[in-house]
Amino acid sequence: MSTVKLTVNGKAVAVDVEDRTLLVHVLRDHLNLTGTHVGCDTSQCGACVVHMDGRAVKSCTMLAGQADGANVTTIEGIAKGDELHPMQAAFRDNHGLQCGYCTPGMIMSAIDIVHRHGGQLDEATVRQELEGNICRCTGYHNIVKAVLDAAGRMKVSQAAE
Amino acid sequence: MGVEGIGARVVRKEDKRFITGKGRYVDDIKLLGMTHAHFIRSPHAHAKVKGIDSSAALKMPGVVAVLTGQQLVDDKVGNLICGWAITSKDGSPMKMGAWPAMAPETVRFVGQAVAVVIADSKNLARDAAEAVVVDYEELPAVADMHAAIKAGAPQLHPEAPGNQVYDWVIGDEGAVSAAFSKAANVVKLDVTNNRLAPNAMEPRAAIADYDAAEEHFTLYTTSQNPHVARLVLSAFYNIAPEHKLRVIAPDVGGGFGSKIFIYPEEMVALWASKKVGRPVKWTGDRTEAFLTDAHGRDHVTHAEMAFDANNKIVGLKVKTYANFGAYMSLFSSSVPTYLYATLLSGQYNIPAIHAEVIGVYTNTTPVDAYRGAGRPEASYLIERLMETAARQLKVDPAALRRANFITQFPHQTPVIMAYDTGDFNASLDAAMKAIDYAGFAARKAQAKSQGKLRGIGVSCYIEACGIAPSKAVGSLGAGVGLWESAEVRVNPVGTIEILTGSHSHGQGHETTFCQLVADRLGVPISQVSIVHGDTDKVQFGMGTYGSRSAAVGLTAILKAMEKMESKARKIAAHALEASEADIVIENGEFKVTGTDKAIAFPMVALAAYTAHNLPDGMEPGLKESAFYDPSNFTFPAGTYICELEVDPGTGKTSFVNFVAADDFGRLINPMIVEGQVHGGLVQGIGQALLEHAIYDANGQPVTASFMDYAMPRADDVPSFNLSHTTTLCPGNPLGIKGCGEAGAIGASAAVINAITDAIGKNNLEMPATPDRVWRTINAA
Repeated sequence: MSTVKLTVNGKAVAVDVEDRTLLVHVLRDHLNLTGTHVGCDTSQCGACVVHMDGRAVKSCTMLAGQADGANVTTIEGIAKGDELHPMQAAFRDNHGLQCGYCTPGMIMSAIDIVHRHGGQLDEATVRQELEGNICRCTGYHNIVKAVLDAAGRMKVSQAAE
Repeated sequence: MGVEGIGARVVRKEDKRFITGKGRYVDDIKLLGMTHAHFIRSPHAHAKVKGIDSSAALKMPGVVAVLTGQQLVDDKVGNLICGWAITSKDGSPMKMGAWPAMAPETVRFVGQAVAVVIADSKNLARDAAEAVVVDYEELPAVADMHAAIKAGAPQLHPEAPGNQVYDWVIGDEGAVSAAFSKAANVVKLDVTNNRLAPNAMEPRAAIADYDAAEEHFTLYTTSQNPHVARLVLSAFYNIAPEHKLRVIAPDVGGGFGSKIFIYPEEMVALWASKKVGRPVKWTGDRTEAFLTDAHGRDHVTHAEMAFDANNKIVGLKVKTYANFGAYMSLFSSSVPTYLYATLLSGQYNIPAIHAEVIGVYTNTTPVDAYRGAGRPEASYLIERLMETAARQLKVDPAALRRANFITQFPHQTPVIMAYDTGDFNASLDAAMKAIDYAGFAARKAQAKSQGKLRGIGVSCYIEACGIAPSKAVGSLGAGVGLWESAEVRVNPVGTIEILTGSHSHGQGHETTFCQLVADRLGVPISQVSIVHGDTDKVQFGMGTYGSRSAAVGLTAILKAMEKMESKARKIAAHALEASEADIVIENGEFKVTGTDKAIAFPMVALAAYTAHNLPDGMEPGLKESAFYDPSNFTFPAGTYICELEVDPGTGKTSFVNFVAADDFGRLINPMIVEGQVHGGLVQGIGQALLEHAIYDANGQPVTASFMDYAMPRADDVPSFNLSHTTTLCPGNPLGIKGCGEAGAIGASAAVINAITDAIGKNNLEMPATPDRVWRTINAA
């Protein structure tokens, strides 16, 4: 057993876990942040993506201990109160989700994609960058639209800040 | 239609919880004192279970129990069932081998459970499972259908000699023979419809909770049809009578058919929760999903189509071998028979059809309905045949289709189905216009100058949805009726709860079903809630599959709404001292037509519950229910056209354009309909280019994770160009046909027709991987 200290969605937490515990299980089982999902166990589907120190990571492929001291943001932590993150709003407005299971990971990956590319996103880039996130419902059409839409909204909101 | 009524692109009500991480899926639920189950599964495709030694595991910390198949037998828990009886051509019933939830004696596919460990945590259960020693005696296994039906093949079930489930026929063989004897041309084709793994992104899960004081079970499960689950668990498995079993299917992360069926794991979880006296949770991992979720498709077919001298189809004969896997899953028997062969007429006038379907057991995961279920196999076969015929007869593929289209409705096919309406020319025209079919030759020449092989492929699909008229399916062997139920509860303040037996696992019912209410009453959808997925709340229902929830489920809601409105009208008329016939409903008010007298809907609701001033003899309250049984199937149809390029050096396919023109009848929410089409198209494209659940000759699965099974990813597929043509379905009052499966039914033929057009060779199997395409290009 080890104690892992994290900042999750802005809140400092310490959890005692077996050394083999994965980050995703700390989030889901210990912190009850069940928005982060497990879809494949092999780092392929991306349903478990969260941000660690500002970068998208697959929380099913990382030991909790590797995240010791890190700043973790999950899907539950990106809206400002009732104000949705522009990526969340874009997924809703563009019907970029159906069953909702892959959605948290998609949104977290998509935010990271926009951050890394700034405003320079086109459809082909978005499709390539979503390589690590699998959706079985939407056929990706509306997810791609949502990410491109959100990239514009995020630029505007950054400019406003 | 109003901003939130029928036909409006209303953003989904349910999205807020999903985009903020507040969805509530089975694995998100924790109960006090909950234990965790881990199944011990066979590593062999066929073996005798000689013994199970769990003594070491039981000594490990946190282990509550190790339960085996023999204990299920001792407790008289029933075997899994197949709910649709099929009769072979010799009059004998289908041959169903016994399928116990955990195998006491013999395992017949890799992944079949033999025991389960119950422990305080998932990790402890996994650890203990490593310490359980199962003594297997390996038996010869067979995974290939043709090998399985050969003399001397390993035999799976004593009940099914020769590994044959059934040998079923449909149609008039004599009429087909006569047609072929007079034919000017005969087109022959052998096709394989590749086996697929459904792969809903949420793995299956179950939490079972037994209340000893009440002798009552609660099951939280990933189900598309919780009431059917309760019925089957009660009536056939002896778990508990229905009034002592509550089944809850909360948010469910996709289904595509795979969550229709009752699987061993939830059965065992229920049984185990009573045995250990604590709640039991099981959550599958992805490899368990590959091993145990019912697979889809897996047909091998030889077909011949006969044409007269004017290129009119005169006959069709089909022989299909359908792989059932090791056991008959819940609706497996109906898929390659009544959901497949009844659609073999496609969109065409075919006077004589005969089909024979041989069901085969193999040492593989059971096969059942997967998005489209039989109809993709039929559509793929017919559309590959039409393309092959056009090439052989040297006519334009679109023109050959057009010359054979059914244009008069209703149309009785020779294979049971009576198409009610359609306009196949309209959808073909729309798709050809969208893709600039006329300009293709020039684009092909241009691509050739750049070293690329460009092809175009047409697919004109039809499906039978709105499943299904109960009497009709009963006469064909179904064990259940396929109506739907609904209840409309108006609260005293005028808010409305709609209880439905349909189940949403991505389809957006919480929005579209509210749109019907908004349309009829003029109230905002924020005043309406949809209640579903809980057998304690909704009395009964048949669930969601077969593109049935709008055509059948929403019609049931409409019927209940009509009853509620009728009573509300009487109350309003009484309050307004007007004649009931003069009451109209507009913008949330009941008005006396031609006057300014009106009463708001909430006041009508309040009057119903205060009961101070109701018409004489009227019961208080405002709540009505309805059961709706459709009169016929519905027949969504359309045309998909795919244009793509093949790189002859690598065999890699790149999409240029993909257009879809669908006729789904009336659309409730076009945004949601488009989403359904997008998702279906990618599942069809996935089958055509990427996906294949593969077994080696000994029955070992070689594609049991996302590392090995090629799921379509964002950069494998294009954006789509969609359009709709409309003929309203005459079979239901809303004119709805259904849209959930079309994409998966029509897309794969369009892709393969396009690739074979590009490379100039007709024989190409799915998935058309670059390797396979390259080899086909370079074959002698």
